Amino acid sequence: MVKVQRIVLDVLKPHSPNGLEFSTQLAESCPGCCFKLKVAEVDEKTETVIIIVESDDIPYDQVAEAIASMGGSIHSIDEVEVTSAKDSSQLTDA
Amino acid sequence: MLKRFQLLFNISQSSHIARRYFVVNGFDGVLTMLGLLMGFYVSNEVELSIVIAACLGAAIALSVSGISSAYISESAEKKQELKELEEAMIVDLQDSAHGQAARFMPFLIALVNGMAPFIFALLIMTPLWLTQWQPGWVPYPLETSVAVAFTLVFLLGVFIGKISDSFWLWAGFRALFIALITSLLIYLIGII
Repeated sequence: MVKVQRIVLDVLKPHSPNGLEFSTQLAESCPGCCFKLKVAEVDEKTETVIIIVESDDIPYDQVAEAIASMGGSIHSIDEVEVTSAKDSSQLTDA
Repeated sequence: MLKRFQLLFNISQSSHIARRYFVVNGFDGVLTMLGLLMGFYVSNEVELSIVIAACLGAAIALSVSGISSAYISESAEKKQELKELEEAMIVDLQDSAHGQAARFMPFLIALVNGMAPFIFALLIMTPLWLTQWQPGWVPYPLETSVAVAFTLVFLLGVFIGKISDSFWLWAGFRALFIALITSLLIYLIGII
């Protein structure tokens, strides 16, 4: 069973909603996930933010949808941490 | 649902706009009613039903004008803002909260702009209606309505004072002074 436990996203978003509102909305739409947001660059109408998502199993599509619904656009997935748990059958064989 | 609405409200910064429209058009409505009432007051012996019909007509006209003008201007503004943001983001934002806010918020702002003068007008007309319904309940209906209008102007001034974080009593009296000058002008013109 493969589980995505950490993703670092490079996101371009409008100034509004601000970082606090943006990450709060993300957390509400993906229960069980921990979001860390850091503003990397600020332009006239937009800002680039680095969003770190951590969870036991990140529902990526849900996160991406929540980001898009607030006007954000994922530019790149900068870092990923994926784990694969051993099958119980394999454990028995060993 | 409520949280989504709050998000749309914050994104479009509609609270400031709605508040501004509420004060501006509310003030407009109260002064219009005050002008009408003062006009009737100086012309003497006007039937109450005529006063009510004229005031109600003005209130409806102010409301419709407020709703339509605010909707036309706000929807154009929001469309332009969305277009500029889409150009900066290089993505289509129609399905995002920004797109929803651009479509929905002009309705809300228009409603505030239209309902503010209408509600104030209804409040000002209450003594007139009471007198028509039960003669004798309000001894001086026209004067009482003028007093209600002055009170509302004062309260609007206080509200502006609270927003601008200035001394509320001074802001209230400043608004009241404007209403008094308006009334005095109408009164003087009427008796000449």
